[in-house]
Amino acid sequence: MQEQEILQKVKEVVAERLGVEIERITPQARYQEDLNADSLDVVDLVMAFEDAFQVKIPDSEAGRIKAVQETVDYLKEALEGKA
Amino acid sequence: MHSQRVVITGIGVITSIGQNKEEFWQSLAQGRSGVTQISAFDPSSLPVRIASEVKDFHWKDYFTSKEANRLDRFTQFALAAAIQAAHDAKIQEGGEDVGVIVGSGVGGLGTLLDQEEVLSQRGAERVSPFLIPMMIVNAACAQIAIHFRAQGYSSAPVTACASSLHALGEAFQVIKRGQARLIIAGGGEAPIVPLAMAAFANMKALSFRNEEPQGASRPFDLYRDGFVMGEGAGILILESLESALERRAHIYAEILSYACTTDAYHISAPEPSGQAVVCMIKKALKEAALSPQEIDYINAHGTSTPLNDKIETMALKEVFQDQAYAVPVSSTKSMIGHLLGAAGAVETIATLLPLDRGIIPPTINLEHPDPDCDLNYVPQRAISGEVKCAMKLSYGFGGHNACLILRRFEG
Repeated sequence: MQEQEILQKVKEVVAERLGVEIERITPQARYQEDLNADSLDVVDLVMAFEDAFQVKIPDSEAGRIKAVQETVDYLKEALEGKA
Repeated sequence: MHSQRVVITGIGVITSIGQNKEEFWQSLAQGRSGVTQISAFDPSSLPVRIASEVKDFHWKDYFTSKEANRLDRFTQFALAAAIQAAHDAKIQEGGEDVGVIVGSGVGGLGTLLDQEEVLSQRGAERVSPFLIPMMIVNAACAQIAIHFRAQGYSSAPVTACASSLHALGEAFQVIKRGQARLIIAGGGEAPIVPLAMAAFANMKALSFRNEEPQGASRPFDLYRDGFVMGEGAGILILESLESALERRAHIYAEILSYACTTDAYHISAPEPSGQAVVCMIKKALKEAALSPQEIDYINAHGTSTPLNDKIETMALKEVFQDQAYAVPVSSTKSMIGHLLGAAGAVETIATLLPLDRGIIPPTINLEHPDPDCDLNYVPQRAISGEVKCAMKLSYGFGGHNACLILRRFEG
């Protein structure tokens, strides 16, 4: 999966779970600070990424996923590892 | 501090027959039933397939989709009703002297069941982190406090079908003793889910009149066979008279007294002599300094179960003696079904209709008088009448009884 493709899908998941307009979801956007998520929203987001990308994100890694680009980087790595 | 007088200055309500005060009052005056075949899910495998559902709930008037996803249906109803009530009372932000007392009977049962299915189908890792904050019975109370930044007194009474009348009573007492200036009080409930429908049916608490939904809730009728499950919320703004006068708020009624007692007899059956209810009504009359003759209207608990309606009638006769046959007593559950923990607050709003507008809501479907239920239940059609003082009664599984006495405000 190409990075652009991953980014687009991440944006869609974030838009759906956090109820924000897709234009606000830039690569730099941080979930809690910029997109108004609370700590439970972030847990929920990680679960939604797992479902959408069919990957397992261990708790030890989930802490790294605080912004859109970090999520894309992590997923890219995970998907490559899987392939 | 001297004791404060307490008045009602705002109303919010969500039911099957009205999603705001005006719609609700109009439907009550017209004697409309909100009971139909269940539409929220396929009920065909259930013994009871009828309920009083809130259809086409206008949630978008109150929440964003993200907010709605984080609130169980019972909290959505309660928060929507609270937003209406605050708007009606023309209040904005909370503060340290503003409280919230909002109860529920069963809380977020729908969310709990959805997540139980996730657990069994997809495993523990897929269970939503929002399950607990959505299902806890105090979620409605907390979400209302958060919405209005109400930082004063809060609690969430749980006394089954008396929950929200206990909430109003507690709010009355807290304001009366000066611990809060204003309280957002009432209850919300959303119990129309297959598990609860099956469980209440197996208790033989529900009406099995599947073929005749609108005639199923028939309090005090000889052929009543159980209650009809309902859903929704009722929220009232209670405040000190001083505060209401200062704000020049519209006052629907003054609360004169509140009493509660306990059967201490059985976890679901009412105590057969009704003595705890008799004792409660006497206490409430005494606190209000009223004689039984001064009560002009009673909104009964009137569930439409064989036992409740008979024992409630007996208790009223014991307290009111000859006057019992004259005073109008109606059960608005005949139209909206039984909203469990939200019933007391929604029916208090029904009790404000005669106080505010002089229209006494009927007990619909009362066609065949029961020799054991021989009071003036305002059968079939609303009547107009001068109502100065009114009484609201609620009883819950567990033997919890609550009573509120209201008076039209005349300065």
